[in-house]
Formats: sequence, structure tokens, C-alpha cells
Amino acid sequence: MAWPFIDQMNPSSATLAAGTAEIDLSAIQPGQQIVFKFRGHPLFVRRRTPAEIAAANAVPVSSLPDPLAENDNLPDSAPATDANRAIKPEWLILVGVCTHLGCTPQVSTPQMPEGDYGGWLCHCHGSQYDTAGRIRKGPAPRNLQVPVYSFLSATRVKVG
Amino acid sequence: MSGPSTYKPNSGFERWLDARLPLPRLMHDTMQTFPTPRNLNIWYTFGGILTFCLAVQIITGVVLAMHYVANAGLAFDSVESIMRDVNYGWLMRYMHSNGASMFFLAVYIHMFRGLYYGSYKAPRELIWIIGVLIYLLMMATAFFGYVLPWGQMSFWGATVITNLFTAIPVVGTHIATWLWGDFAVGDATLNRFFSLHYLLPFIIAAVVGLHIWALHVPGNNNPLGIDVKSPQDTVPFHPYYTVKDAFYLTLFVILFAVFVFYAPNFFGNPDNYQQANPLVTPPDIVPEWYLLPFYAMLRSIPNKLMGVIVMGGAIVTLVFIPWLDTSRVRSCRFRPLMKQFFWAFAVACVALGYCGSQSVDAAVAGVPLVWVARIAGLYYYAFFWLIMPIVGLIETPKKLPASIAQSVLGDTAGAPAE
Repeated sequence: MAWPFIDQMNPSSATLAAGTAEIDLSAIQPGQQIVFKFRGHPLFVRRRTPAEIAAANAVPVSSLPDPLAENDNLPDSAPATDANRAIKPEWLILVGVCTHLGCTPQVSTPQMPEGDYGGWLCHCHGSQYDTAGRIRKGPAPRNLQVPVYSFLSATRVKVG
Repeated sequence: MSGPSTYKPNSGFERWLDARLPLPRLMHDTMQTFPTPRNLNIWYTFGGILTFCLAVQIITGVVLAMHYVANAGLAFDSVESIMRDVNYGWLMRYMHSNGASMFFLAVYIHMFRGLYYGSYKAPRELIWIIGVLIYLLMMATAFFGYVLPWGQMSFWGATVITNLFTAIPVVGTHIATWLWGDFAVGDATLNRFFSLHYLLPFIIAAVVGLHIWALHVPGNNNPLGIDVKSPQDTVPFHPYYTVKDAFYLTLFVILFAVFVFYAPNFFGNPDNYQQANPLVTPPDIVPEWYLLPFYAMLRSIPNKLMGVIVMGGAIVTLVFIPWLDTSRVRSCRFRPLMKQFFWAFAVACVALGYCGSQSVDAAVAGVPLVWVARIAGLYYYAFFWLIMPIVGLIETPKKLPASIAQSVLGDTAGAPAE
């Protein structure tokens, strides 16, 4: 008898169905991040520079607070290597929700650095992410989530 | 509400009513003849002030609900329309938003009063615990209300607070999704928060009824913390305390009016005059001032689950105070050691509040505030779980007066001299 009164608060089928998005990468420059909207959340699409990819590869996985890839395209046990964080190394696609308490982290660029790891800094409670979106410092427990996505062409991606 | 009644029906109608629904008897016994310690000071007027605050919030809230639209696309504009178009809408909204801050100001004074004079000690444990429940309900109601204008702070405050539940292992994210009714805070969330924001004040009113009922069994504690021993120790509630309460309520209303008319956005955050944007978090998320100490505790712990536990535990701790305090003396007036720890506790709470209001990496005079918050948070816990039990055992309290009457009136009251 109680269940209908509890379950009515869960997302309806209509809400759950509206969960995919198609995005266009053609206008994004190297080093730039564009934010799209996906399931009500920000979606980070970052075109990484070779230096940023190299920096992410240089980090030993064993030194990471969260050693798992947190990638919905891979098994849960996949390690958080840079290759496991992006299907194509140049394109980093992440759910832009801090894994601490859900704020949107600020992107770091060489011109306007945010935090010490070149990736993102969440201003709410100080979590810092590296150039692969992996948590490096602060209260957030997990790496930024990689959503299910696939390349439809060189410049079109379907997310969700 | 409790105890023998002195009510005498004066007319035929009163006798008729008294035999059927003794409402005049209830009012007579609780608000007129109720024997009240004769030494209550200014800090005991905040119970009445809090009742007033609740009434203001309910009345202005019912009015605002007539003009507000609980829809993510329309809510922000409807609040602006209340401010600009609705006749006296600005007054209703400023009374309601500042009223919340005044409500918390009064409740914090009321709680510190209870702590200082040992009002939580036997036989008043349940009054205190019901009070903690009211405080929790107030925080929930204030949180739901803060979401409704659908500004940036509304949205991101709601996001952060609902995400606290994701710290719970296994079921956490399911609970958060259930609270949102979506993948994130959105229209579904706004609607249910409006529904609950309208409901909870009436629950609070009912629990306040229990609070007062429980109070009227043992009667008021008092600044001396000693029991009422004879009728000489008390005065009737009316006119003595109705007048005293009314006087301090008037001063409180003047302060309230200063904020409403001269600084209506003093407690507010300018970011909340920007409509909610799910893609951009404001650079500094700050909760309302009355939640800052707990927010500082949350931020000072570099682990998500532990941070949430420490923050929640700080409030849950309050429930156990009646049994953590081992002293036989109630009032800090007669507890020289506890008095010092009490004021240090008040300073720690203010320090935590200040840390919570600053950005995460801020420092004062080279000291990172995160460490100030850690030390103050540690003291908060130590005060209740270590200092209260230990000081109660090792402290030698000062000599208590023989009676309230003797303390107030001197030896002429007939009580034996010290």
C-alpha cells in the first residue's frame, strides 16, 4: 500500500526516455571546452592538447584516489588509465557533475588555471580534477563520470 | 494542560461550554494562572517570540502561495511579479524571507539559553528533544523555501543538499534520484518542494503544541536552575509574563522591521536574483547564514561520506545532551568551570559560521580557515561528548540559594539564611 506513495516520486517513464543527445564537435578548438546539456546536467566536451594528454598519461594509476575508469562504455573494473577515460584521446567527454555534491567544476586552461592539476576545480568544496577528469585532491570520492557515447562520424557524437 | 485547574466558569454559557469543550479552562490554566518562576529574565521571552515568528511565516506564506507559481519555467518570474506587481507583494515577501532569518536568530538564542541554564536536564529531557525535532523541521522547511524562488543559489543549494544523500553507500544515488524525480534537480523537484514547504509549518505548529504541553508538566526552568519549592517562588503567568513577553516582542519586532524596511536583502545572496542555470555553478556557493556552522564542518572533512556523517552527527548529538551532562546542578551560574567551556562553545559556533561563509581555500593571517573549522568542529563534538560528562563529575559547583524567593527577595522572604 505504501509503495505507490513512494514510487510516485521517482522519475516517470517519460522523463527516463528523454535521455539521449547528439552533439557536433566541429567548432571546438584544441584546448577548448564546450558545455552541452544532457539529462539536465552539464556535459563537458573538451578537445585536449597533446600536452594535456601527455600529462594525463604520465600519472601512475596506483597513485589515484579513484583507480577505476568510471566509464559507462567499459566494465566497472576497468582501471583509470587515460586510454580508458576517452574513446579518442583528443576528445574527453564527461558528465560535468562533481562527484562530491553535484556542482559544476570550472575548467582550467593555461591562461586561466583552476587548481593544480590542469583539469577542473570545483569551487563549492575544492575538489580538483586532472586533464583526464580524474579526482586528484579534495572531498570528491570518484572521477568525473564518462557517459555512454559513440562517434557517428568524425565530428558527430551520440551521448546516452 | 496539566495539573489541577483553578478555572471557575462565570456564566451559564461558560458552564455549558466547560462541560463539553473546556477550551476557556485550557486558556485560563496555561496563559493566565500558570505558576511561573518569578525570576525569569529576558532570555526566557524567546519562546513567545518564536510562536510569533511561526505565525508570521504561516500568514505571509499563505499569501505568497496565492501568487507564486511552482514551475521551473515560471517560478522566478512569478517571484519578480510578487515583488513588482502584486499589491504589497514586496512587503509579504520581505517579511517572509527576513522572517525566516529572525526565526532562526530567535531559535538559536532560545537554544543557547536552554544550554546555559541546563533546561534540558531532568525532568525536562523531552521538552529539549521535541525542541531539537522542531529545529530539524525548521531547517527542512527553510531549505525547501529557499529553493522556491528558483534563483542560482536556490538551484545549487538544492543540488548540493540533495547530493548529500549520494554519500550513503549503495542506495544513495537512488535516494537522490527519488528526491529529484529526474536525473537532476528540476521541475519535478520544485513542485514537490513547494508541496512540502506548505505542509511542514503546520507540522511544526503541531509539534510546538507538544513542546508547550511537555513544558507545562514540570513548568519553566529558571536562571537559578533550582526547583520551585513554594507558591512564593512563582507569579501567575498573566499579567507578569504576558507583559514582559509583549515588551521584548515589541523590541524584537522593531529589529525585524529594521531589516524588512531598511536592509531587506541583508541576509540574502545577490546570486539568487539570477534565474537558475543548471549549466553554471556560481563561484561561491553559500547556504543561508543559519546553516553555515554545519556547512563549515562538511567542507572541513576531505572525505565525502565522513563529511556528511560529521555534519549530520553535529545535529543528532543535540538529542543526547540530557544524558551527556552529568552535573547535578542545572544552571551555569553555579558552574564556574562549565561556564567557561560554554562560552568557548559559543565562540566555536561563531567561528564555524565565519569559516562557512568564506571560500574553501581562504585564510586569515596566514591560517587556512579549513584548519580553523577543523579545530572548532572538533571542539563542538568534544564539548558535548567529553567536556559535558567529565566536567559534571569533577567540578565543584557554587552553593545554590535555598529558594527562588530567597534569591530574588532576600532573607525577608522567610527562607532560612545561608
